[in-house]
Amino acid sequence: MWHDALLVAGKDLRIEARSKVALSQVAPFGIVALGLFAFALGPNRAPMVAGAPGLFWVAVLFTTVLAIQRSVSVEAVDGARDGLRLSGLDPAGLFLGKALAVAAQLIVLEAVLTVGVVFLYGAAIKAIWLIVAACVLGTVGLATVGTLYGALSAGIRVRETLLPFLLLPVVTPILLAGTRIWQAGLAGGTPSTATPWLHLLAAFDAVYLAVGVVVYGPIQEAT
Amino acid sequence: MAPASPSPSALSLRDVVALSGRFPLLAGVDLEVAAGEVVVVEGPNGAGKTSLLRVAAGLAPVSSGQLTVLGLDPQRYRTAVRRRVGMLAHASHLYDDLTVLENVRFAVRAGGADRSRIVPACERLGLTGRLARTSASKLSAGQRRRVALAVLVARAPDLWLLDEPHAGLDASARSLLDQLIREAVAAGATVVVASHEPELLESVADRSVTVTGGRVTGERVIRPVPASTPGAPALAPAPSPTPTVASVPPGRIAHVA
Repeated sequence: MWHDALLVAGKDLRIEARSKVALSQVAPFGIVALGLFAFALGPNRAPMVAGAPGLFWVAVLFTTVLAIQRSVSVEAVDGARDGLRLSGLDPAGLFLGKALAVAAQLIVLEAVLTVGVVFLYGAAIKAIWLIVAACVLGTVGLATVGTLYGALSAGIRVRETLLPFLLLPVVTPILLAGTRIWQAGLAGGTPSTATPWLHLLAAFDAVYLAVGVVVYGPIQEAT
Repeated sequence: MAPASPSPSALSLRDVVALSGRFPLLAGVDLEVAAGEVVVVEGPNGAGKTSLLRVAAGLAPVSSGQLTVLGLDPQRYRTAVRRRVGMLAHASHLYDDLTVLENVRFAVRAGGADRSRIVPACERLGLTGRLARTSASKLSAGQRRRVALAVLVARAPDLWLLDEPHAGLDASARSLLDQLIREAVAAGATVVVASHEPELLESVADRSVTVTGGRVTGERVIRPVPASTPGAPALAPAPSPTPTVASVPPGRIAHVA
């Protein structure tokens, strides 16, 4: 399973390295979204700093949708999805590989967006480990759920519009928990304020990792 | 899993029905393809040739009837069957952002095949030098077809499913394809080819079956073949119970609906 996962992740990341879609399109889109939020909140720094955690995670969700759509569309060209099915890859390995590649891209995107939040909103990070923990746990959740729902929408002609509709409500716990942990990270709060939210993210990740490993194969065959 | 009994068929369809929604792709196909046999599937557009291959490859589900591929139930032993089946489809299954060599390498590694066959397979299909390092997006249709064939050759599956394999190939590539089919059969593989141009396969085919309206409606023996095929691969244990076994006589057989 892990051999297949690394093989698929390597393939997806190689494709991304060649096409540079994440860096040249998705990351700039996230920065533009952060800029638009800043315009909407006005010139005062206080509301921007106060809203920075939530706005960061909303921007992350938007970029996640694009990253997942890209991950799905890579397999939609020239029957590549059928090629994957025919190859005899372990479906669990395929799921983990796709999710791993998306996660790697999201981590880079979140780093870019974090820098954007600091510079555009003037937010100061006081507990960096909380920010890192939120991003790592949130990324695992987003990548696994996104890969799962991406597979669900893969065989549908209107997948570009259906995917956000399916995905965004499901990842609301990540938005909530990530925002709370970021608030603690910006305020320099004690770990106890963030701990329940970290637990929520970890539980969310564990559930969707397990679900994905089990159901990705049947979903792939059914869609 | 202990073998119930050996199956002489590389591919066996018994009254197989496959649906796309409510539309019948296959409407009760009966077909037996013996190990080492080359069978051409012909028929008009929309007759069900491609669907037959997709069902055999496990890409389209069987709604009713019994399907056995290399002695295995492909629904139950999906991964094991797919690792032993290779399909040349209308699409080439290539990633545009990967080079020719990277595409072949990924497909071979994904199929768990021997990596040492990658370079010789590419050389055999003329995918060498600069072409091997060219992005798939820059290839012509014929070149993409060659890459897909290289994947098949490198994977060396036990069952080859070829859908209109001559499409997009020039004369030399068509000749090479025939040679590859002969070599695959000599190595023990079984080949099922769907084609609009069955005459192009007369030199390699043992038998031709006609598909019309999702059923096998005719059969023609092109070349009588010996009762046993040296080098044919041992078939995997058939799922139990296997009603096909008792009813299938030795040698090359076609049960035509």
